[in-house]
Amino acid sequence: MQKFAIFRARRWLCRSFSGISSNPLRVCVVGSGPAGFYTAEKMLKAHQQAQVDIVDRLPTPFGLVRSGVAPDHPETKIVINQFSRVAQQERCSFFGNVTLGSSISLSELRELYHVVVLAYGAESDRSLGIPGENLKGIHSAREFVWWYNGHPDGQNLEPDLKITDTAVILGQGNVALDVARILLRPTTELATTDIASHALATLEESCIRVVYLVGRRGPAQAACTAKELREILGIHNVDIFIQESDLLLTPLDEEELKSNRIQRRVHELLSKAARSKPKHIGLNQRELRFVFFRKPNDFQESKERAGHVSGVHFEKTVLQGVSHGKQIAIGTGEFEDIKCGMVLKSIGYKSVPVDGLPFDHKKGIVPNDRGRVLSDPSDPTVPEKGLYVCGWLKRGPTGIIATNLYCAEETVSSISEDLEKGGLIPSSALEKPGRVGLLQLLHDKNVRIVSFSDWEKIDSEERRLGSLRNKPREKLATWDKLYKAIS
Amino acid sequence: MLNSKLARVGASVAKHLCTRNCTSLCGVGYVRTGRYRYLQSPFQQHSFTKLHKGAMMERHNFLSTMTTNNTTEEGSEEKETISVTFIDKDGEETHIKVPVGMSMLEAAHENDIELEGACEGSLACSTCHVIVMDVEHYNKLEDPTDEENDMLDLAFGLTETSRLGCQVIAKPELDGIRLAVPAATRNFAVDGFVPKPH
Repeated sequence: MQKFAIFRARRWLCRSFSGISSNPLRVCVVGSGPAGFYTAEKMLKAHQQAQVDIVDRLPTPFGLVRSGVAPDHPETKIVINQFSRVAQQERCSFFGNVTLGSSISLSELRELYHVVVLAYGAESDRSLGIPGENLKGIHSAREFVWWYNGHPDGQNLEPDLKITDTAVILGQGNVALDVARILLRPTTELATTDIASHALATLEESCIRVVYLVGRRGPAQAACTAKELREILGIHNVDIFIQESDLLLTPLDEEELKSNRIQRRVHELLSKAARSKPKHIGLNQRELRFVFFRKPNDFQESKERAGHVSGVHFEKTVLQGVSHGKQIAIGTGEFEDIKCGMVLKSIGYKSVPVDGLPFDHKKGIVPNDRGRVLSDPSDPTVPEKGLYVCGWLKRGPTGIIATNLYCAEETVSSISEDLEKGGLIPSSALEKPGRVGLLQLLHDKNVRIVSFSDWEKIDSEERRLGSLRNKPREKLATWDKLYKAIS
Repeated sequence: MLNSKLARVGASVAKHLCTRNCTSLCGVGYVRTGRYRYLQSPFQQHSFTKLHKGAMMERHNFLSTMTTNNTTEEGSEEKETISVTFIDKDGEETHIKVPVGMSMLEAAHENDIELEGACEGSLACSTCHVIVMDVEHYNKLEDPTDEENDMLDLAFGLTETSRLGCQVIAKPELDGIRLAVPAATRNFAVDGFVPKPH
């Protein structure tokens, strides 16, 4: 009888706390960027019995919306409102400051939950693998973005923008355009954004006047989108240089442009910019120079400042058609240098595996079939039970925020199919501990969890500090400051 | 001029009455599902109330449209509405009334129609992408701006009659417009659309 009462009490407690049936589907999403939040949203919607816990290694949610989207793109960050509504749902919880791999292992997580979705993105960089890559003054664009966006791991970058007037950016995608824009845009315009204050102070004293954006291929293959290109072409007091001869199209280029609206419009914008003459060349003007058909061969070391970069040695390239109308850059054996004191490599992000996770090191992704993690990529019939991926970890570091919407839809529909087949929750099996188990384990390991309401404290403190400086927020850019705001 | 306008309003009232019947039937359906779900969980209770409210609002709108149409005859065009049909991913149609001046994104959200709007209408994403289902209506829209085209570049399942829902603003000429959420169009052809030769 007593046992029954306890049972009933527990049932009641469970119900009143979670607001759902006593036997919920326990789901854990690792990573709270767009891929993680869209996955959570779609899981909650598709499965009324689902209880979704989102964990993140940072005390702050929203991933690249917070630390990737440029400070002068506040409209792009509005999606945070939607994600916050998801986090505030009764069946959803956020646990920040929880690192997969150190706070909790993947196998522990899979023990606790019926479904684990990894959406922790790509926190490392592809490397060029060429001589001199470790010289001072060479950074990955990701580090630079983290630095100006106040990521707590980005504060120590301290790029020296005073020793040189020239920066070379390798790559011509949207990240490359973002960092170029931050280097060139008048700081008075950046001052009213949520840019990290340490970055603003450094940029205000910047001596950078010339920025090169260098691509291996031509203007018809540039990886940026029209919005970002239009924006950088329109910055005040910046002269744009593009060699008109680079814009000539080969029949293969025309073929490529025909089938790609984005590239077609990007090419049009570049052509227009190349035709219009520089506004007024003066001493205080800044310059943006697009350079096409160059691939970096090695980095040169400064003679005056040992260990520091002084230039990039480029090999000229031509395009060669490969399959499906794609063209790749081939070196011509002809070389050219660009002198510079700073290099930002914007050649792609790379995901990092954790223990016990199948990983394709060549592609930098987790082998998967529509989001189902595969231990043997050649055999999609045997997926890892209950383990899924979404976002950059699943498909590589490309696309925009909305791409994750479709990516999450695909992963969630795979989960739904597997649930229907009955593989995930065998009826005879014991209930999974889910959230209660996670909290217990983290407590035992002395991990200080940051809840969503803790984040709201950080949020309101950042907004308060921001309002004092006419900024939408002043990001707390160190771990210490973040912890202090919630203690 | 006035006569033709009155005729158009009259036609829209007739059309309206017709679609209204259909919508209210759907409305009943919604409420029923809602009630059933309400028994399942408190979370659902919320959506039940919302849906129920939605149904009530539709009814209210209907009445106000009637009065509006009367006042139109007296010369005032305030609160004029147009009929809009949304076709969701599964091909299900929802008929709504949208006040002139309101964007299709807002209208969808007010009527609980599933249409993403990540940037809340600030022209910084492509998630409210809709496909205008007939070329005639599409041609009555202002041409998209460069900024809208920049976002359409990134839209999933782009077609020749794609627009962003936040940029399509209700105006009398658009009465009867049909808008599909992208996945729905996989099995549809856009009425009267002839693919342009490349």
